[in-house]
Amino acid sequence: MNRRLFPHPWLTITLALVWVLLVNALNPGTVILGLLLGWAIPLFTLRFWPEPVPVRRPLTLLRFLAVVLTDILIANFIVATLILRGPKPLKPAFVRLPLDLKSELAISLLANTICLTPGTVSAELSPAHDHLLVHSLNTDDPDALVRTIKQRYEAPLKEVFEP
Amino acid sequence: MIHTALLVAFTLVGLAVAFAFWRLLHGPSAPDRILALDTLYVNTIALLVLLGIHLDSNIYFEAALLIALMGFVGTVALCKYLLRGDIIE
Amino acid sequence: MDLLIAFLIVTGAAFMFIGSLGLVRLKDFYTRLHGPTKATTLGVGAILIASATHFSNQQAGISVHEILVTIFLFITAPVSAHLMSKAALHLKLHSLAPPPVIGKDDRHS
Repeated sequence: MNRRLFPHPWLTITLALVWVLLVNALNPGTVILGLLLGWAIPLFTLRFWPEPVPVRRPLTLLRFLAVVLTDILIANFIVATLILRGPKPLKPAFVRLPLDLKSELAISLLANTICLTPGTVSAELSPAHDHLLVHSLNTDDPDALVRTIKQRYEAPLKEVFEP
Repeated sequence: MIHTALLVAFTLVGLAVAFAFWRLLHGPSAPDRILALDTLYVNTIALLVLLGIHLDSNIYFEAALLIALMGFVGTVALCKYLLRGDIIE
Repeated sequence: MDLLIAFLIVTGAAFMFIGSLGLVRLKDFYTRLHGPTKATTLGVGAILIASATHFSNQQAGISVHEILVTIFLFITAPVSAHLMSKAALHLKLHSLAPPPVIGKDDRHS
């Protein structure tokens, strides 16, 4: 694959898929136009993302996505029961999460994942990119929370996006 | 079957809109109001989609997509304003 | 099929209701942030999937463009939640949890 002609192959595929979804019809014309757009848009917006996005282990990424989706479902039931029980028994806390990740894409994916899963919202990234401030809705043991996030979400992301 | 479900859903989402509106009016702080607006637009998307199912019409989808886009941009712009006191630097 | 659609619609609406209830009931901004970002997003996702199933069931072809809105919402909800909590921290809002010690290395420009 030519780097100059196809700077972001994944973005090309995603854009083509989004186009097909948007038109809501699967026929050759739509797919060809989608691929054309997927080829042209990365080329003309190259200045916004100069670095290529490496995806090392697509299977790990898929497994990670599955884990996150099930966690979103579970987390929602937990948060729903917490809200219905009322504000009294809640123990909210701010937790500092030390980061092992280096690449900005991986950090932002981790922050997004944290926002979507068990009762936590990522609040702020330290300017040195080595800590993430996380607010938890109800926690007894902040250290256990940090450990869970690290091995459940951070480890697979590190595997996929960093050598 | 779907009709009854839609009736229940309209009631619940309508109440959700009312709650979000109460928080929008009550405040007490600016981020609270932004959060209320954010919830309000997501609720509106749900209402529109429910209306689309109710009327058996596909055209409400475009409106829902536009509200989703504009709502997100609005939330980001308001937060940015609170953070920096300016939107375009 | 009707049963599945009805179930998805009611579950979604219930989640949206609970999320907005959290907006009213909880006591400080940071805990309030959790309801809308999680419950409401899942609620609207469930309703959109119900809509996709309904229209696929009804018409000849399948209707999948609702998935697009769902994905979009699932991508944007955490971003706006992050920005809102950042704005709240910036304004030093009242918090039930002990607020984080913001040293000079944490100050954002």
